[in-house]
Amino acid sequence: MNAAGVALKPQTGPAASARRVAALIRRHAYLIFKSWPRIVSMAYYPTVTMVLWAFVTVYLAPTNHFLRDAPGFFIGAVLLWDVLFRGQLGVSLTFIEEIYSRNLGNLFVAPLTLTEFVLGQVTMSVIRALIGVGFACLFAWLLFGYSIFSLGFPLIAFVVGLLGFGWAIGLAVSGLVLRWGLGAEEIAWAAIFLFAPVSGVYYPIAILPAWLQAVAVATPSSYVFEGMRAVLLDGVFRHDLLARALVLDAAYLAGGAMLFAASIRHARRHGRLLQMGE
Amino acid sequence: MSADPALRDAAIAVAGLVKRYGRVDALKGVTFSVRAGTTTALLGGNGAGKTTTLSILLGVLEPTEGDVRVLGVDMRRDRLAALPRMNFTSPYVDLPRRLTVGENLRVYADLYGVVRPRQRIAELAEEFDLAAILGRPYGTLSAGQRTRVSLAKALLNGPEVLLLDEPTASLDPDVGDRVRTWLADYQHATGCTMLLASHNMVEVERMCDDVIMLRAGEVVDQGSPAALIARYGRGTMEEVFLDIVRGREDDDSAAAASREIAV
Repeated sequence: MNAAGVALKPQTGPAASARRVAALIRRHAYLIFKSWPRIVSMAYYPTVTMVLWAFVTVYLAPTNHFLRDAPGFFIGAVLLWDVLFRGQLGVSLTFIEEIYSRNLGNLFVAPLTLTEFVLGQVTMSVIRALIGVGFACLFAWLLFGYSIFSLGFPLIAFVVGLLGFGWAIGLAVSGLVLRWGLGAEEIAWAAIFLFAPVSGVYYPIAILPAWLQAVAVATPSSYVFEGMRAVLLDGVFRHDLLARALVLDAAYLAGGAMLFAASIRHARRHGRLLQMGE
Repeated sequence: MSADPALRDAAIAVAGLVKRYGRVDALKGVTFSVRAGTTTALLGGNGAGKTTTLSILLGVLEPTEGDVRVLGVDMRRDRLAALPRMNFTSPYVDLPRRLTVGENLRVYADLYGVVRPRQRIAELAEEFDLAAILGRPYGTLSAGQRTRVSLAKALLNGPEVLLLDEPTASLDPDVGDRVRTWLADYQHATGCTMLLASHNMVEVERMCDDVIMLRAGEVVDQGSPAALIARYGRGTMEEVFLDIVRGREDDDSAAAASREIAV
């Protein structure tokens, strides 16, 4: 107990880190769970997109053997794409929210490490993805009788592969926003779509022009969607595709984390951590 | 730094602090120390280097050169060892506006690892008259209420060192006076060391044991308010402040300064 009569818990070790990460999650959970419009807005886009592709499936299935054999072809793809999108957005928006509220200064003078701060971001991205995509999955089952869980165990592997890539892009975007201010905020919403054509969400990457295929080969999400199609169409879980996705994820995560850490260092050198705000 | 016992034993000690932004020297070798259990004012005109110094002390700004120690901890190497024992408040740094006062305080109590967060928040709510607004979103509060909440946040961990950036800026005289009383009471009760940047010279005279005067990134004078007033032959710290920021340390034109203050 200190002179003010306040007892503090130990400040070092895994338990202290977990407590600080939990405090960051608490901060964002307060924001999300007391605002039903916020929850609706998180679920709205994935659900509407899922409904659109479900009706495309209903329309084409009678004349298309792919969709007859694998009715979850488009619905599964759109749900997994949203895992990636929400994973990235969750990391970026959690950071941008701190800038909007001019709270970065208070956070960075608290005993919080950068690693803990990032762990808070990625945990929030999982929560946001679960809320957004969870509702869409529920409606896919209720309205169209399609369960994403029909993918079985590989679903977990696909989700991990996509979240890892989403976090990498989210960290890079957070770094750009810190470096160039909220003028770069639009990147948070648009960045992941740069990878959509080469991810082969709705088509095999073999149909891409050769030069784009070369880009796709370096994109983790392309292996996940190829893997999803292998499960749906051939009933095979391709470990080799998952392994490539995870290796690339690790490289992208390292790059995203380095960019974010470099932006924090730049902000420390230029005194931006106390000044960042709307 | 460790060779000088005064610096080594101080609650806050900086030596040879330099901060350059490109070609601009924001700090030019600032050296000072703050004795434990005292309140020291960091004074200077706009751009003198006060906020830069506070930011470096908090570890959110990297100095170009120099040593910084808070509670004996080298802030350039191991700031996380000192941060749980210190805190900070500034009207220029906010708390999340859509969270209630109680939620904000709970988040920061957890970040600092307060053992009984609800009890501590209740104590501070009573101390700062916040009980009625604990359930209100921070963004709906008046400037005075926000200041009280920020102070409560800054005292959550019972800091041994408190850094205050213009703690009474934009407050009406009543709230400003109450804030000064709260801070004085906290220091009296705990022996906390306070370093405050302020433009309010009445506040400085009332609260501070020592004053460090900055001009253009350099320490140009320091001492107790009474000693500075006597040294410059003035009647108030405001007159001393004007003399120093306008570079009239050696000019005995007291009448000129008095006229300017009167205007």
